[in-house]
Amino acid sequence: MDWSWIARNLDEIGQRTLEHVLLTVIAVVIGFAISFALALLIRNHRWLHAPVVGVSGVLYAIPSLALFAFLVPFTGIQNPLTAEIALVSYTILILLRNILAGLEAVPRDVLEAADGMGYTPSQRLWRVELPVALPVIVAGLRIATVTIIGLVTVTALIGLGGLGYLIVDVGYRRFFLTATIVGSVGAVLLAVLADRAFVVLQRTLTPWARPRAEG
Amino acid sequence: MEFFGEVIAWLTDAANWTGSDGVPARVGEHLVLSVIPLVVAVSIAVPLGAWIGHTGRGANLVINVANVGRAIPSLAILAVATMLLQAFLVDIGLRSVASEIATIIAMIALAIPPILTNTYVGINEVDNDLVEAGRGMGMREDQILRRIELAVGLPVILVGIRTAAVQVVATATLGAVFATGGLGRFIIDGIAQRGYDEVFAGALLVAALSILTELVFELIERRAVSSGIRGPAPALREPAQTGTGGGEVVA
Repeated sequence: MDWSWIARNLDEIGQRTLEHVLLTVIAVVIGFAISFALALLIRNHRWLHAPVVGVSGVLYAIPSLALFAFLVPFTGIQNPLTAEIALVSYTILILLRNILAGLEAVPRDVLEAADGMGYTPSQRLWRVELPVALPVIVAGLRIATVTIIGLVTVTALIGLGGLGYLIVDVGYRRFFLTATIVGSVGAVLLAVLADRAFVVLQRTLTPWARPRAEG
Repeated sequence: MEFFGEVIAWLTDAANWTGSDGVPARVGEHLVLSVIPLVVAVSIAVPLGAWIGHTGRGANLVINVANVGRAIPSLAILAVATMLLQAFLVDIGLRSVASEIATIIAMIALAIPPILTNTYVGINEVDNDLVEAGRGMGMREDQILRRIELAVGLPVILVGIRTAAVQVVATATLGAVFATGGLGRFIIDGIAQRGYDEVFAGALLVAALSILTELVFELIERRAVSSGIRGPAPALREPAQTGTGGGEVVA
């Protein structure tokens, strides 16, 4: 390990990390918004369930490099749009299933209790169903975010920087192991941090699920 | 539309289907790169997962391997393995296949977590009454493991192997970044030369191979699962995950 290289290149490491975080956040935020809308649509139109889940199953099997490669001829390399279309698709595949599973798992008597109390459908959704489904939805967000952080390393191959740039372009192509390790460890750290952040978010959003021992 | 004409022209050009850099040769390389790590990973992870599931010892190890495995990008494992192993492999006279061996070793590491997790979960979830019934019938521990736990847990184990297989086929594509053969070559070389017809055709071939892998394993699952437990058991059919999630997005 060349520690002095790390000290001399903190700016570049920081910039690549920032690129990585940006690509990830954009994908997860847009992916979540689309998944949420799709889940509500499917909830009201059950026949959409099979085709949407079927299409996502096929997309799932396509490797990220191939999905980027399909888009490169149209949107070009070094264009974040190329990466984001693919990354948002993967995010939707993971999140949509979890949002649907979370909403479907809300116990029937809970729904009936809400109806009995005179909730309108939208009140029932926002005040009862979504809070109850929250743990499953957050579990999906954790898996999606960790997965996307891994996939963003691949976007370096289409010229988008990120920690994959340190792993491949600075590290492997110049046979400089330090950069490869910095990029790899950085990606793992980002994934672990994001995962922890969602756990904290979930605890904050579901105070009723906390153990009562501490009062 | 003109572009798709070029892609079709590339795919139907006989020159792209012959020689050591033709489609059949690349498919062959891709399969070799995928099958070897999968076979090795299965022969390590299934016995290990079965032992952990049967004895209940080391369950934490499985959960940790699964979580760590998810957090490490395949590109990172490939790069680190290639750079650490290549010099050594060249030293011992394996220069011509150094990238391939390094990639295969990295992919074994990638393929183990899903198989290990699902084997453990598959066996751990077997109804304890069944195991007790086996014991009551005088079965030995190894008979209980093989005839009851592995048989009943098979659907979950096969889902783990399918997940690993799809992941390995995807990662073999990335091997091209590190100088291996395989279908990723068309994508990586195409991007380098701005030959986008080749890039798109390569992506089509990779996607076809991945989807085919998925379908073949689904077929195996359907064939291999005893009709007695093929009934409505949705819990057994979903991929086992730490946390609630869908399947695995790969590489």
